[in-house]
Amino acid sequence: MILKKLFDTAKDPLLNIYFTAGYPKIDSMPSILNELEKSGVDMVEIGIPYSDPLSDGEVIQNSNTKALENGITMDLIFSQLDKCSFSIPKIMMGYFNTVFLYGVEKFCKKCEENNVNGVILPDLPIAIYQEKYRVIFEKHNISMIFLITPETTEERIRYIDSCSTSFIYAISSSSTTGKGTDIQSSESYLNRLKEMNLRSPLMIGFNISTMEDFEFASAYASGGIIGSAFIRHITNKENLNLDIETFIQAIRKNNK
Amino acid sequence: MKNKYQVNNKGFYGEYGGAYIPEMLYPNIKELEKSYKVIMESNDFRKELNKLLQDYVGRPTPLYYANRLSKYYKADIYLKREDLCHTGAHKINNALGQILLAKKLKKTRIIAETGAGQHGVAVATACALMGMTCFVYMGVIDIERQEPNVSRMKLLGAKVIPVNSGSKTLKDATNEAIRDWINHPKDTHYIIGSVVGPHPYPDMVAKFQAIISEEIKKQITENPTHIIACIGGGSNAIGAFYHFLEDKDVKLIGVEAAGKGVNTTSTAATLAVGSQGVLHACMTKLMQTADGQVMEPYSISAGLDYPGIGPQHAFLQQKGRVKYYSVTDYEALNAAHFLSRREGIIPALESAHALAYLNKMDIKPTDKIIVNLSGRGDKDLINLTKTVQ
Repeated sequence: MILKKLFDTAKDPLLNIYFTAGYPKIDSMPSILNELEKSGVDMVEIGIPYSDPLSDGEVIQNSNTKALENGITMDLIFSQLDKCSFSIPKIMMGYFNTVFLYGVEKFCKKCEENNVNGVILPDLPIAIYQEKYRVIFEKHNISMIFLITPETTEERIRYIDSCSTSFIYAISSSSTTGKGTDIQSSESYLNRLKEMNLRSPLMIGFNISTMEDFEFASAYASGGIIGSAFIRHITNKENLNLDIETFIQAIRKNNK
Repeated sequence: MKNKYQVNNKGFYGEYGGAYIPEMLYPNIKELEKSYKVIMESNDFRKELNKLLQDYVGRPTPLYYANRLSKYYKADIYLKREDLCHTGAHKINNALGQILLAKKLKKTRIIAETGAGQHGVAVATACALMGMTCFVYMGVIDIERQEPNVSRMKLLGAKVIPVNSGSKTLKDATNEAIRDWINHPKDTHYIIGSVVGPHPYPDMVAKFQAIISEEIKKQITENPTHIIACIGGGSNAIGAFYHFLEDKDVKLIGVEAAGKGVNTTSTAATLAVGSQGVLHACMTKLMQTADGQVMEPYSISAGLDYPGIGPQHAFLQQKGRVKYYSVTDYEALNAAHFLSRREGIIPALESAHALAYLNKMDIKPTDKIIVNLSGRGDKDLINLTKTVQ
């Protein structure tokens, strides 16, 4: 499995960038993917726009709204992916309703056809996933990625660890996305996680927007995820490609 | 089986319900799920709540035999007068119940969403009574059309937070309240105003509103033939139906807001035009596009202007236990005027939807019909007087 291999062989901290499909323009995704791969990003998280993104703050909410206004749909996302040929591991992130309406089986099949390796659905709880959908995702080799937060108990973290097949997405603060809390204030939580010696690798997300944040997070995990900061960066920019390169260079000390 | 219409031990009503929450809310929901029944069934909680319902809310509310209405429809029409509750609607039943629960859970900060403002006022009232900090999320469109309730909430010491996202109505106010809860996981209790949201909310709110049908049962000598209630999320309806669900001789009727008509795009009749999906953390029926995007509802009545419905209603429709119909803005306005002149009771536009259904029924002289008059119409004066000839 591609994700597992990525974690097993990684020497440097892994950088995962989130962006919203269909944003800023309806057909921006292929060039964003291209630029991210060229810039040496290790994996990407493609956001499926939704009208009511409950766990997201304003920046990602607005990108969702704009993408929907642009006319993005699930079919369009897959057909854009179909035309791309990138080797970089891909994760799709969205809300359960859009996947449910599309059809879970059909969604998984499309993911597999388009080399999508993992899926994050924050509002699909583990218990329901395990009971109703795990079989379908596993049949299509899609890894479901679960979240943990500073409020998640040790017992539950161990349970989530046991259900995980690629990595665990550890949220650095109990909040919606893009709140901009100082990630250093999560130190004791991150320490606690590190000391648990979990079976699954960890990626830290939320409150990472600078090189310092990324390096701080990476000290406790396999790497970090950047979402809102990246979206903010590509909003209202003329030259998207140049801009992505600059952003990634500012995060990564030693460019690959 | 006694509980065939109630939630199962996994939090579902058939395929509807559940708690489709992000992990950030897991501890909050788990805590509620573990404790709500224990607390609600404890003696001191029941005593405290019952005392408040009696002395503060003014319960039991009358079951009023509407004489002139009965003459007009040539059958017995009763109104369950929830409009006479303190704060003017049934919403206070749930707000007081949940605030006592929040106190037991040692929460200090209360958040709520509101559409018509009735739930917001009820929560602001409960918070003033208990000395709790209160934040009410309200769409800017609703703030405009329900101004009197906004002023009431402010007078009561609540902070009304305008919501500018999405359709700027109840759906988005609910989103923002959920986001607030994600950002304040420890000290905050979220008082949801209807039988919607993640388990255990639909069941908990239904239990707090069940006082309506509990009283009706005591106020009648024989079962009615029909009980009619309006439905947005569906809390007053569940409350009025609750203790009659197993009584097969009683026809239960839920009335949704058709807005400008169920064949137009300006409607809020979820069960008429919606399909299965997840909204506000529960599997239910909702108005959505083919791509799973939530649609923007429309109704003249802010309290019914919601693209989803409580999961128990979706289940009751599927089981055929409750029949659901819809009436338009126009029909509801006419019904509000008619009740005002015929009985001297100005109903809320929400409740007027239930009343309007009387005109669509094939009423027999032997019928005994109870209409749940969920709220009073003071807040709707602008809309109501605009159309008075």
